[in-house]
Amino acid sequence: MNLSPDQIIFWQLGFIKLNATIVSTWAVILVLVLSSMLITRKLSTNLHRSRWQNILEVVVINISKQIEDVGLKHPHHYLAFLGSLFLFIAISALGTVFPGFEPATGSLSTTAALALCVFIAVPLYGIREQGLASYLASYTKPTFIMLPFNIISEISRTLALAVRLFGNMMSGAMIIAILVSITPFLFPIVMTLLGLLTGIVQAYIFFILATVYIAAATSTIKPTAKGS
Amino acid sequence: MLIDWFTVLAQVINFLILAWLLKRFLYRPILNAIDAREKRIASALANADKKSVEAEQQRNEFVHKNAVFDAQQTTRTNQLSAEVKTERARLLDEVRQQSDDLRVKLQLALKNEQLSLQDALSQRASEEVFNIVRKVLNDLAEASLEEQIVLVFLQRFQTISAEEKAAFKLAFQQLMPTNKTPLVVRTGFTLTEEQRALIESMIKHTLGYDDNEAIAFEFVIDSTVVSGIEISANGQKVAWSISDYLTSLAKGVDQILQSLVHVESQAQSNSEGNSLESSLDHSQISEKAISKNETTVITEATASNMIDRGGDETRS
Repeated sequence: MNLSPDQIIFWQLGFIKLNATIVSTWAVILVLVLSSMLITRKLSTNLHRSRWQNILEVVVINISKQIEDVGLKHPHHYLAFLGSLFLFIAISALGTVFPGFEPATGSLSTTAALALCVFIAVPLYGIREQGLASYLASYTKPTFIMLPFNIISEISRTLALAVRLFGNMMSGAMIIAILVSITPFLFPIVMTLLGLLTGIVQAYIFFILATVYIAAATSTIKPTAKGS
Repeated sequence: MLIDWFTVLAQVINFLILAWLLKRFLYRPILNAIDAREKRIASALANADKKSVEAEQQRNEFVHKNAVFDAQQTTRTNQLSAEVKTERARLLDEVRQQSDDLRVKLQLALKNEQLSLQDALSQRASEEVFNIVRKVLNDLAEASLEEQIVLVFLQRFQTISAEEKAAFKLAFQQLMPTNKTPLVVRTGFTLTEEQRALIESMIKHTLGYDDNEAIAFEFVIDSTVVSGIEISANGQKVAWSISDYLTSLAKGVDQILQSLVHVESQAQSNSEGNSLESSLDHSQISEKAISKNETTVITEATASNMIDRGGDETRS
């Protein structure tokens, strides 16, 4: 039994390898991009629009609204990064309904990669909004003594992001696998439903935490509450 | 080891590609479409607002214009009705004036016609009288009218009063010595030599001259002396003509005409549509009536004997 889809390797050439994580990521990317391309190929600016366009508009507008609700004044600037995080994780979780699909988010490598992206994106957005000096100065607040703690907090929350998503996704898949071996009927279906729910919830949590970190980095007043 | 570092790197790259692709194919077009739609809706709403404001303005303007138009219309209607009333009164006055003028003209024309008819009647009556008298005289006495006239005249001349005779003689004598002005004898017809000689001798005899004494006579034919003879000398005149008969004839005719005109004017006042033509018809009828009566009048005139009544008159 594999704990991570990383261990299912289709092709390897030394350091380079093609495992189930990468393949499922590509699949999700393909689904997202192709459907987007198909739907946005003929967008209507009239009052009448297709159902698919309507769905996409609902998704995009709601993501944008969530970003704005958290406190980012210009949600369109962050939409590409944060929206993609949410959509990728959500589609990966939804993909678990297909038998044989290994969600990429069930791999610690993927969650670590996503957390790394957030870890890098937060200071970048902070510097872009506040300027380098102002951003760096925010680490010494409220006092200079807080600098090491702030740095530790920055790293630890990134780790927490990665491990939380991995644990939830992996556990979901793991529970289903175990249950299938114990009670092959009915019960795995209920757990799959639960897995879909937790997957969407995790996607939302990951997305909202990333948004909060970015908002904290870009706003001049740092919120005291830290994501855990 | 749960973390495979190559996979982490690959996933980072994958994610960045995904983010870029989604930005390129999902967020941007969708946001653009939403923005375009919102802009479109906003512009439509703004347009609608603008149109509504415009409509309100136009409505107000229209209401105002309507009110102004109504007021103008009322004013104009009143003005027009007043004008029409005035014009109607004026036209009625004009028509009344014209009808009055026409009536006066008609009356004048009737009067003229009456006069001319009278003239014509008297002219014709005189001719008729002359003819009839001549014919009667010719038939009865085998003498011409002229002869008879001369005879009557001479008889009258002989029988004039002594005072008149003296006055005439005086006038003649006053005339004679100063200049050789002839004694003018006017007649309506040509006198024969015998008649002239008779008249000369009679005048001489009457005035107390001898037959041999030379007195200048001038015989003038004058159409105004209707069938008569007139002798004038220095303001004195002895004349006889049938004009006296004619005068009485004219009086009779005049009376008939007056009665006819009276009947006519009564008929005119009774009927509105009486035209000039119908009045002419009336006058023609009256003319006929007159010509019917003519014979009677003339017969009366002839019956009243010239000699009995005497047509001569001496005027000073």
